[in-house]
Amino acid sequence: MYKKRSHLTLSFIAILLSFLVASIVMILSGISPKGFFVSLIRTMTGMNLQAIGKEGFFNARYFGEFIQITLPIILTGLSVGFAFRTGLFNIGAEGQVIIGSFGAVAVGILFKLPLVLHVPLAIMAAMLLGALWGWIPGILKAKFGVHEVVITIMMNYMALYLGNFLIKALPGSDNQKTVTLHASSLLHSDFLRKLTGNSRLHWGFIAVILAIIVYHFILEKTTFGYELRAVGHNRDAAEYAGIKVPSRIAYSMAIAGAFAGLAGAMLSLGTFDYGRVLSTFENYGFDGIAVALLGGNSALGIFFSGLLFGGLKSSQTLMQASGIPLEIAMIVSALIILFVAMSYGIDKVLDALGSRREKKHESH
Amino acid sequence: MNLISSIVTLSLIYATPIIVTALGGIYSERSGVVNIALEGIMMVGAFVAAAFTPLNEAALGAWTPWIAILLGSLAGGLFSLIHAFASVDLRSNQVISGTALNMLAAGFTIYMCQIIFNMQRTQTFNRGFVKSNVPVFSQIPIIGDLFFKRMYYTFYLAIALVLITAFILKRTRFGLRLKACGEHPSAVDSVGISVRKMRYIGVLISGLLAGLSGGIMVLTQATQFTAGSIHGVGFISLAALIFGRWNAFGVLGAGIFFGFSQIFSIFSRDIPFLSKVPTEIFSALPYILTILAMLLFSRKSVGPKAAGEPYDVSKR
Repeated sequence: MYKKRSHLTLSFIAILLSFLVASIVMILSGISPKGFFVSLIRTMTGMNLQAIGKEGFFNARYFGEFIQITLPIILTGLSVGFAFRTGLFNIGAEGQVIIGSFGAVAVGILFKLPLVLHVPLAIMAAMLLGALWGWIPGILKAKFGVHEVVITIMMNYMALYLGNFLIKALPGSDNQKTVTLHASSLLHSDFLRKLTGNSRLHWGFIAVILAIIVYHFILEKTTFGYELRAVGHNRDAAEYAGIKVPSRIAYSMAIAGAFAGLAGAMLSLGTFDYGRVLSTFENYGFDGIAVALLGGNSALGIFFSGLLFGGLKSSQTLMQASGIPLEIAMIVSALIILFVAMSYGIDKVLDALGSRREKKHESH
Repeated sequence: MNLISSIVTLSLIYATPIIVTALGGIYSERSGVVNIALEGIMMVGAFVAAAFTPLNEAALGAWTPWIAILLGSLAGGLFSLIHAFASVDLRSNQVISGTALNMLAAGFTIYMCQIIFNMQRTQTFNRGFVKSNVPVFSQIPIIGDLFFKRMYYTFYLAIALVLITAFILKRTRFGLRLKACGEHPSAVDSVGISVRKMRYIGVLISGLLAGLSGGIMVLTQATQFTAGSIHGVGFISLAALIFGRWNAFGVLGAGIFFGFSQIFSIFSRDIPFLSKVPTEIFSALPYILTILAMLLFSRKSVGPKAAGEPYDVSKR
């Protein structure tokens, strides 16, 4: 599809439009948007703009929590983005997170190992199970030509129920959660906690930075990544050029699943220290779709848009405390996806406005 | 017999929203627009119906639920127009637009609950639909027990919608044109029919039906609207649409089957050889079966050929 403006410009327009529409919604329902923006900025920077120069202006805890909540969202963004680059739509990150999270929990409970082995093993288990859960729709798409969107939607629900069943089957679990994982498998860090006013920030951020680098490296610097992108651009041309399209599709979905599985590990080894029975989805996968779309599927773009969506998600506590329904953050996220999806139309509208202005200039 | 008749009755009650939403999906997908926003549209319909009921039930009495689902339907139709605008006029990716609407509905409905009711759900209502015995028919032996006793009238509405949809798609000019839009839009365009208009209508009907279905679901299966009120039934409907191979009677069969599998976990506890099977298996059943069905049908192309692709006149 031909677009005149760059993805970056259109992304910023989408963000602005979403904030605008959300502000209108708030004003119409009798809520001042000011509190929303103050909460968002306070969450993302730790700075309270309503207390400049006063005590409590800066609180590192907010910043630590913000980063901690952002980590899995960046990873699901990488997951969805990676599949997008191969022309595949991975709606299944949600389920891959759940299954990956179970893998980390199982290793954390069932094994007793020294820290240097336990943490990597738990993370590997999460990534492998996530990869498996991504590979299944990939191979079904490659071999049978069934649409990955429907398969991954169905597999999200299968993951929800299977995950709950497996979590409850672990020794010592009750109907809500498992026992606490062995400390040697956790990413917790007293140092980072102290640094950020007792937030839940953990060592997982190193894994996320590595994941971003690996994402960029595979896609941009290797032949394999080039082949994946070729499949994404034009499947027929790729096949004609001798690329094994079915196997590339399956690999791409498996790698996407591994990123999402890693996000699951962040949750169970970092944010929490136990496995949870879920009553419904937690939307990490859907946030990932938004992150990848806004970030234009590039590593750096996903990093920055991950920060924005992480900020929206983590500012909900502060919003609720200041009397703003926290769902407004979800509305903003949804609107951003919608406006990014509409960017072709927005581009056209801007063109029309621009040419009208030019005409005016000519007539003067 | 008692156990069987209550299993049948409950299956049909749980099948009702699945059938109605999947019928909606037929109109949209047959016109060439993939609509995975069905879940979100159901939420909007359910919210509007559930918010209207407690506020007006004192004044309107027994008519309340019927007016409520009508309003839910209208709200669903209105909401679906966003999807139509994005995917038909702006040529957005239909899956992405649908995903956005699902998130928007989840956020917006609960946001409105906070604004109107000051909590994350609607106020509980008293006048949802009531189960009743159908006069005359309920006297028929066996059949009366199974299909006409302690039933919601909304189930018969769903059956009527199945018949109407089957008729429209097979016998009317509108139905044939709609289907053609999903198969060969350029052929439709070449004889002077607006693909844009047909697709707008297709998406609008899917919104009206999914909204109606959301209203029916909340007023028959709950006492208020919460974030978990629809819990994936929109996606199960999508599954029923595929399982039913995009036609009305197929959807009826698939809907009843998935309704059955939803309530099966409740009854399996009373059936000795099934009580050992974890309930999660039953909950996951519709999704597993859908994947199997897709694999089975994968070699024959059964879905609308042009579904998911924006129609571009310049490519004709």
